[in-house]
Amino acid sequence: MIQVLGLHKSFEGQQVLRGVDFSVNTGEVFAVIGGSGQGKSVLLKHLLGLLKPDSGQVLVDGEDISQLAGPALYRLRDRFGYLFQGGALFDSLTLFDNVAFPLREKTKLSRRDVRDRVEEELAKVGLSGMGHKYPAEVSGGMKKRAAFARVLVMRPQIVLFDEPTTGLDPVLVDSVHKLILWGKNAYGFTAVIVTHEIPEIFSVADRIGMLSGGVMLEVGTPDEIQNSKIPEIYRFVRGISDTAAVSGGLG
Amino acid sequence: MFLFFQKIGALVLGWLREMGRMFVFLGETVYWTFIPPLKFGRVIRQIGFIGAKSAPLIVLTGAFTGMILGLQVYYTLTKFGAEAYLGPAVALSLIRELGPVLAALMVTGRAGSALTAEIGIMRITEQVDALESMSLSPYRYLVVPNLLAALVSFPLLASIFNVVGIWGGYLIGVKLLGLSSGTYYSGIEGFVVLRDVTDGLIKSLCFGAIVVWVSCYQGYYTRHGAEGVSRATTTSVVMSSTLILVWDYFLNSVML
Repeated sequence: MIQVLGLHKSFEGQQVLRGVDFSVNTGEVFAVIGGSGQGKSVLLKHLLGLLKPDSGQVLVDGEDISQLAGPALYRLRDRFGYLFQGGALFDSLTLFDNVAFPLREKTKLSRRDVRDRVEEELAKVGLSGMGHKYPAEVSGGMKKRAAFARVLVMRPQIVLFDEPTTGLDPVLVDSVHKLILWGKNAYGFTAVIVTHEIPEIFSVADRIGMLSGGVMLEVGTPDEIQNSKIPEIYRFVRGISDTAAVSGGLG
Repeated sequence: MFLFFQKIGALVLGWLREMGRMFVFLGETVYWTFIPPLKFGRVIRQIGFIGAKSAPLIVLTGAFTGMILGLQVYYTLTKFGAEAYLGPAVALSLIRELGPVLAALMVTGRAGSALTAEIGIMRITEQVDALESMSLSPYRYLVVPNLLAALVSFPLLASIFNVVGIWGGYLIGVKLLGLSSGTYYSGIEGFVVLRDVTDGLIKSLCFGAIVVWVSCYQGYYTRHGAEGVSRATTTSVVMSSTLILVWDYFLNSVML
């Protein structure tokens, strides 16, 4: 279980998170939605300890990841997988070597076992026979799938998805969401997805939290969020701009 | 007036913060250097990149530096009727000073800037975060191999620079200006002592560490996309070059 308590973070005087509170239950798919620049990716990086909060706690099964460093932090991180927005594949390595990288560095598997595991994972994400290609030679969707294979190959207990469908066409968006659900069922991981993919996320997430103005406005089931009476959430899930702000901006 | 002091204060605080972060980065690098396993393959690859690929540039600049020294020093020595000392003058200038410094400046321009750009691009495309997310230290993979490669490569490159430079001086002094070959070489043998060579090598080791420290640090903390990479690369070359000269002065004042 992940618990985020009173998380505050600012960058160069600009307050991004102003006391975020929520929890993610083991085995569920939790989505964080919100507009661009609301601090969703910043929040996600705190869950893995990639960023340290100004104040607040991120408890992973009772252990505060923000207070850990060195081997203790790495030990806790071993339970996580992180799918970066752009995939973050190592561009000097082929897709095969990218997926093999954590296995070679963190396990004592033989060369043959590594090859079998990597080919198995690449096949599961629909990239059979593409292992020899470099990230620059494949499409954005294929990069994301290869990055997902790199995450899955280590069998993480918790997977963090940073806008996994941004920049993809609608068919690929659907395929990535199906891939997440398939992965969750196949491997039983807990998932935290940061996205602004509305309405698709309603069919993927078990619970959703809306991040706005540096706080979690509301946390609930997809139905509760869709029927929320909070004006900001109401507008966001229906894709309606803030007319007052727009007309104010237009003068 | 108050605003003026506020700005000065902010500038000093920012500078101190940056210095602190640089030394923490250096500390982390030293720490990870001694934590096994060593990425030996990456060290060898980086020796190829920092060392072997810089060798042609070092040979070229070393030859011309030696030739210029040959001309200039010969001109100066004729004023005192001391042309016979051309060999040791060229050799000592190269071994103690110009070899380590110029070789380091050349490698800064060629390899240091590339290191900053490579790590900087990895930073802005989240590849550095990807390493962290896999519980793998970026220092172990991106910084330590470069440090070890530089500690091997810089003294070797400076030595190549020295040898080629001495040949360049020979070409000008003996072949062009008519000094005897025996005079040129015996002078070197008589005046250059082991201490001169070791002092030069110590300088090279220090410069290698400085170049990798600054280049990797600038890349590691790159922000703001392509423009940030460009800025980090420029800062890296300027800062490395300046630090090489400043540190050279301190080393000279200790060694001489």
